[in-house]
Amino acid sequence: MAKANGSGRPSRLFRNLNAKIAAIPMILTAMVVFVGFSLWTVVYSFTKSGLLPRLDFIGLTQYERLWNNAKWLVSIQNLVIFGACMLIFSFVIGFVLACLLDQKIRFEGVFRTILLYPFALSFVVTGVVWQWILNPDFGFQSIVRATGWESFTFDPLNNGKIVMFGVVIAALWQGTGFVMVLLLAGLRGIDDEIWKATRIDGVPAWKTYLFVVVPMLRPVFITALVIVTAGIVKVYDLVVAQTNGGPGISSEVPAKYVYDQMFLNQNLGQGFAASTMMLVTVAIIIIPWAYLEFGGRKRG
Amino acid sequence: MADIAFSGPRGPKPRRRLSGRNIMIYGTLIVVALYYLVPLYVMVMTSLKGLPEIRLGNIFSPPVEATFEPWVKAWAEACTGLNCEGLQRGFWNSVRITVPSVLLSILIASINGYALANWRFKGAEFFFAVLMIGAFIPYQVMIYPMVILLRELGLYGSLTGLVLVHTVFGMPILTLLFRNYFATLPEELFKAARVDGTGFWGIYFRIMLPLSLPIFVVAVILQVTGIWNDFLFGVVYTKPEYYPMTVQLNNIVNTTTGARNTM
Repeated sequence: MAKANGSGRPSRLFRNLNAKIAAIPMILTAMVVFVGFSLWTVVYSFTKSGLLPRLDFIGLTQYERLWNNAKWLVSIQNLVIFGACMLIFSFVIGFVLACLLDQKIRFEGVFRTILLYPFALSFVVTGVVWQWILNPDFGFQSIVRATGWESFTFDPLNNGKIVMFGVVIAALWQGTGFVMVLLLAGLRGIDDEIWKATRIDGVPAWKTYLFVVVPMLRPVFITALVIVTAGIVKVYDLVVAQTNGGPGISSEVPAKYVYDQMFLNQNLGQGFAASTMMLVTVAIIIIPWAYLEFGGRKRG
Repeated sequence: MADIAFSGPRGPKPRRRLSGRNIMIYGTLIVVALYYLVPLYVMVMTSLKGLPEIRLGNIFSPPVEATFEPWVKAWAEACTGLNCEGLQRGFWNSVRITVPSVLLSILIASINGYALANWRFKGAEFFFAVLMIGAFIPYQVMIYPMVILLRELGLYGSLTGLVLVHTVFGMPILTLLFRNYFATLPEELFKAARVDGTGFWGIYFRIMLPLSLPIFVVAVILQVTGIWNDFLFGVVYTKPEYYPMTVQLNNIVNTTTGARNTM
């Protein structure tokens, strides 16, 4: 393959050599880090690794332990609650806000900036601030009680049953602006003719949005959906800063489980098994999307 | 002829400023904007209060006696563990992490994008597809092998190692950004330069770079916010004396309020 082919022309391997040299970092990242490291983790998830990785295969034992671990089960349950709430609310609120901003209003830039600025903040800052606001002694609850409603109780961060909703409130504050901006960009791309046509037909604006614009924005929605979902699976810093998994273990999330097992409990095998489960989760979400996005085009 | 029929006022019916529709739109937006500003307000107000006032009052009231003492204290005296240098150490660590990471990752990704857009070689699309899929792999899957690699390279726990990590994990999105941007530049420019005998690097530095300032600005914003706010890589790949500000901040808040154990 790489042999010079006699006619004096440079071999195929050396054609376009500079571009290939320039692409070496990308090739290394793709093949070594993304493919190699992932395979490495998957392989070692079947071993007995403890403090150090060891190739001592024990079959599915790590996975059995994982799915019998209360902390992991709570993590998965929390991820489902968190994910469902985030997806529903960030898209509904984000879309409504995008529609409102799309009404040719004044000060659009100001509103957009205010809604988007939390996205530039660190999750640590978001977590800490919402930890204060949701604090029962000097936060939101104390304000409402000070107005005379003495029995008012809103203390999600100290109640294991609803602690995830406290995290969702903070995450929505941070992430909705991003969904809104993506959808707004999509709305701007909608042809004015559509609006004229529906207006002539006497369709009310909200119906146009719901039944005409939303289907047209499908690609934008899917892009936003994939980005938001990938972010949900990775949620870590926010929980660490806001609740640190508490009260008890009631706000643990998978990413935190992996970190704790790998770097605090010296239980690498568990960490690898848990991260492999995260990989599987993401694959279940990404593969259908990639198939729809790229697979269909090739055939069509 | 038509002029006669439409000799009245033209254009759309002027809207009243205070129509119900406008009140609803602006009202909703203003309420939402206020909600979004509350945490910022809380942050600033609380930072200007002394500790006793925080304990007593509620977080929404403005400070009775505004004091900048907490700012000074946080900057220079706050403790994490045995170290009492304050946040300034984390701040400078963050600077020393962010600046080289942003420069290196953008330099590499822009060259990658340029090679992918203008100098397609066999297999390029495949590697690019792998890179894009890799962007969705949770970092937790790749964290530990990366620790081993950095340890083997002797970079584990150092700032250089962390810069490398940021460069690697920032690559997919940046490469995509640059590739798509370079693909929109007119191909004639590229062809003309090639006819004139300019090589790979010549075209990159003398034609592509000057034309792509806007996308570099986007990339810088993306990377600066992303790396500055990073928590996970900072905590995994550095030693306490190199912790970025996010990690240090989390540790300070959790030790001083005493409500929870530190990590």
